[in-house]
Amino acid sequence: MSHKPRLAVFKFASCDGCQLSLVALEDELLALAERIDVAYFLEASSRVEPGPYDVALVEGSITTPEDAQRIRQIRRDSRFLVTIGACATAGGIQALRNWADSAEFLRAVYASPEYIHSLATSTPISSHVPVDFELRGCPINKQQLLEVLVSLLGGRRPRTPVHSVCLQCKRRGTVCVTVAQGIPCLGPVTHDGCGAICPSYNRGCYGCYGPCEQPNLESLSDQCQVIGVSRETLVRSLRNSFNGYAPEFRAESDRLAGEEQ
Amino acid sequence: MKAVARPRNSPQSETLLLAKQDFQAFLDQLWQGGYRVVGPTIAQQAIVYDEIRRVEDLPRGWTDEQSGGQYRLTRRDDEAWFGFVVGPHSPKRYFFPPQVAVTQADRTSNGWQFSEVPDQEPPYALLGVRACELAAIAVQDRTFINEQYVDPIYRRRRERALIVAVNCTQAASTCFCTSMNTGPRCTQGFDLALTELPDSFTVEVGSERGADVLSSLPVTRAAPGSLLAAEAARQQAVDQITKGLDTKDIRDLLLSNLEHPRWDEVATRCLSCTNCTMVCPTCFCSSVKEVSDLTGDHVQREREWDTCFNWDFSYMNGGIVRNQIRSRYRQWLTHKLASWIDQFGVSGCVGCGRCITWCPVAIDLTEEVAAIRENPA
Repeated sequence: MSHKPRLAVFKFASCDGCQLSLVALEDELLALAERIDVAYFLEASSRVEPGPYDVALVEGSITTPEDAQRIRQIRRDSRFLVTIGACATAGGIQALRNWADSAEFLRAVYASPEYIHSLATSTPISSHVPVDFELRGCPINKQQLLEVLVSLLGGRRPRTPVHSVCLQCKRRGTVCVTVAQGIPCLGPVTHDGCGAICPSYNRGCYGCYGPCEQPNLESLSDQCQVIGVSRETLVRSLRNSFNGYAPEFRAESDRLAGEEQ
Repeated sequence: MKAVARPRNSPQSETLLLAKQDFQAFLDQLWQGGYRVVGPTIAQQAIVYDEIRRVEDLPRGWTDEQSGGQYRLTRRDDEAWFGFVVGPHSPKRYFFPPQVAVTQADRTSNGWQFSEVPDQEPPYALLGVRACELAAIAVQDRTFINEQYVDPIYRRRRERALIVAVNCTQAASTCFCTSMNTGPRCTQGFDLALTELPDSFTVEVGSERGADVLSSLPVTRAAPGSLLAAEAARQQAVDQITKGLDTKDIRDLLLSNLEHPRWDEVATRCLSCTNCTMVCPTCFCSSVKEVSDLTGDHVQREREWDTCFNWDFSYMNGGIVRNQIRSRYRQWLTHKLASWIDQFGVSGCVGCGRCITWCPVAIDLTEEVAAIRENPA
């Protein structure tokens, strides 16, 4: 690229944690700023430049009619559109509303629900516009974000492995918490990227990177029930994983809940 | 006493005795000799391999109970130091490290300059290596150093290592070394081999290097009573083995049943999570990636453990070759037990049982083979 690539960071329904990962790249930030022109990043700078952008990082899910329109304009303005995090990639924890009556939630939470104009669902960006790359995690891993940016600068595909968390546990030397301690763990069906943090602290993976490639959820559910996990707990674990609306997790929680759709 | 020099892997006939009260001196001797001593210790409710500096680091008085998909650390009735079987780790991770830089390059005004990444690891003294693990090391030697292509990282670590084996005195329900002719008795591939008695260890010397370590320690010649006690302790392990794998014509059996319905059945249970291959002491697959810094001026080539259970491990121009769990499980089992023989002249399985214990859904390869054998195509 002859000019400095122009980067934009956009937020939808989310907690801001993923875009903060960009700011958290403290050691690499100056070198990154030399190679990238940060044209739009409200979290970090009030300087706002209009599109088009070479790379758009999109955080958050689509939960309002306005956002459903705004993402279309962002898509038109952006050469590469990269979603960052579980909200943008799978709908986030707010996708729990997809299994509930959102109008009832509004009545319960807001004194004047008539002022709220939100959609009945929380959906990932890819349900609305084509996405060039999805970076997983709640929140994303800042080193993986750097890999995405470096690879786009270098004109190659990002290397973000699609395998299970188990592989990374074993590379680290972490002992399987399910086999040795009977702790339920979503690691065998969850996408790596975090570096297998939770099992190294003797707790099960809770699936915050969403499903790995070709997960065998039915078999894991069967085994979890053998070690005493109830169906209700399994349904809740999958839906509360921040990736509950990801197709594989959704299908399994619906199957377990007896709500095949 | 001064031991007589012997060629490596040619056991000295005389068995010695090392008192437990002198074992700390033995450990000190190893550390002072420049070795990093790695052996069994407790972490995360399991007996793993890690650094051993003091005898207190050993899992004295603990044992393991293993079955399909389950491992439990429990107290023993006695204070045995090596009264357990094999854990989730194996010597593999020391000779074939899970993640390692293999080379690096820097962009200079004269073009790319390549350089070695020095391996800083001191020589290992691997303590507590079991017979099946000795067999696994011999299997990996065929992969990494005995064929045309030599892996320099493996070779350096392997050749400098001292191996202090320990004979099993018990077996788990997952053990089947007797089927694979790999144990439980340590017969070769060690520098020293211990058998635990209540207050001492009998010591067989397998190499000059092993003899040298003992030269300044107060070892004595083992009395006939100690030899008999050690033999009885080792026999306990043999007697406790219940699992078996019928290896008769196993290569032809598996390779002539590639479309057997059992592969579909096991694929409904298999998570393709990679655990079996990761704990296997002989699985040797890795992938290599180039990692560059932000400027692109420094590039490092990194190797990490990979596995045939990974979806994109078989990626080639045009797509994924093994795009179903069925084909990935079949690839692993038929390689391990059948085509490994064509490739390396031995089975890839040493009967340690790790893949059975550490499979989260308790798939047992001996049962899979038995199911095919019972009803072949």
